[in-house]
Amino acid sequence: MQRAIAQGISTFPDDDPRLIGGRCGDCDAIAFPLQQLCPRCSSPNIAEELLPSRGTLAAWTTQGFYPGFGYKGTEPADAWEPIGVGLVQLGDVIKVEGRLTESDPEKLHTGMEMELTFVPFYTDDEGAEVHTFAFKPVG
Amino acid sequence: MNDVAIIGVGLHPFGRFGDKPCMQLGADAIQLALKDAGVQWSDIQFGVAGAHSIASPDAVNRLVGQTGIPFTSVFNACATAASAIKLTADTIRLGTYDIGIAVGMDKHPRGAFTDKPSMMGLPDWYGENGQFLTTKFFGMKANRYCEANGISHRTLAKVAAKNYRNGSKNENAFRRTPISEDDILDSQMLNYPLTHYMFCAPDEGAAAVVMCRADLAERFTSNKPVYVRSSEIRTARYGAYEVHATFAPVDEDVSPTVFASKAAFENAGIGPEDVDVIQLQDTDAGAEVIHMAETGFCKDGDQEKLLADGATEIDGPMPVNTDGGLIANGEPIGASGLRQMHELVRQLRGEAGDRQVPGNPKVGFAQVYGAPGVAAATILST
Repeated sequence: MQRAIAQGISTFPDDDPRLIGGRCGDCDAIAFPLQQLCPRCSSPNIAEELLPSRGTLAAWTTQGFYPGFGYKGTEPADAWEPIGVGLVQLGDVIKVEGRLTESDPEKLHTGMEMELTFVPFYTDDEGAEVHTFAFKPVG
Repeated sequence: MNDVAIIGVGLHPFGRFGDKPCMQLGADAIQLALKDAGVQWSDIQFGVAGAHSIASPDAVNRLVGQTGIPFTSVFNACATAASAIKLTADTIRLGTYDIGIAVGMDKHPRGAFTDKPSMMGLPDWYGENGQFLTTKFFGMKANRYCEANGISHRTLAKVAAKNYRNGSKNENAFRRTPISEDDILDSQMLNYPLTHYMFCAPDEGAAAVVMCRADLAERFTSNKPVYVRSSEIRTARYGAYEVHATFAPVDEDVSPTVFASKAAFENAGIGPEDVDVIQLQDTDAGAEVIHMAETGFCKDGDQEKLLADGATEIDGPMPVNTDGGLIANGEPIGASGLRQMHELVRQLRGEAGDRQVPGNPKVGFAQVYGAPGVAAATILST
């Protein structure tokens, strides 16, 4: 059995899984994940919106040390390999922060095309394969 | 509204102090500030204290004298001391009291700052996913900024090298050994392009500042008074991509540092060109570079030439972090903004010794920035 890292933030494990944002019916601002009140105008008039799964890398870095407290990944803390982390602009809708499947600075550049993917992350106490969202280079 | 004068500053060295309790660091800083101001604890009419490592830093009054005065505790992550400074200054400016003290203290364990995401209004998955870290934001911001504005990684190393060099002239600093640009570039990559030696380290320290109504300053001390001309705090607007964020809109807004600085300059009635000595939040070398532009001291991209020309050295036209900043002093988050005040006051009084900015500096500027997007700017002058 597979599930996403958290309820309500994506449609995983459906086919063509997408992240779920919240669109404000009053000022049109969008947020991820969905919040009860609009972070721009405070309106409670928020509707779920599926975010595009393709976009471009707007900013990136590497995470060169073990994330510590509360991290649920299975990588050993004393043998941590750097991972990529970035801010990806999905369509022309929103930028989302997330892990990247690529960690080599030589292979990452602002503006490159990325797409949403879900990767196995850890197995929970009930034996479910927990997946998290990430962005991988297109092509 | 009253003018506000700083009549005393006190600094406990920054570094690591074994078992010495955090509260004692704060108490020591208070004693040093009182002595510098020429006042007794019994003269102090109110206090404001900031810390992360202690739940109620106002309890420092147990160690210095329980006189029953109002003593408020404040917290805004790395901008905590700015909240203490502003509240102290405003309380006097608005006429509630005539003389008060702002104190900040902290004693952090080694390693990156970390906590439960719910402490910052974020969902648990953000931490489970490895995203609840401050340094990755600084890496992303520096990487994007350098690429977009033609700032080389060697310029980042120059900033760090400058701060270690300045720290070597500061007996209160944590890191007091100069480190070469090459050694900085070659140290372990933590969050590309920021290497280990480009980052500050959380550590221990305390600082305190005694302020009073400007027209009463002479009553207390023969120190040259340094006036708090303005102190402004702003939080991130919707659209600003700041530390601990799950998303940003397509059209981003600028950082709260921009707004806080503009407001501070407006309220003081001066501009960046009038400033003689500067303290900027150098969480990492990239942050110092970026904050040079966000505060209005230069345009985006100017930093490459400014650093190459040594413009931000102690003897340059725009000295930045003359005491070594966070990179050399480390980051006890409750205390750092007050360390900035301490250094600016020493500079403006001509008491900075080997670190003295020449030419009789008259105007100082300090900026801090903390999670989840709080920035402050304070302007001092003689």
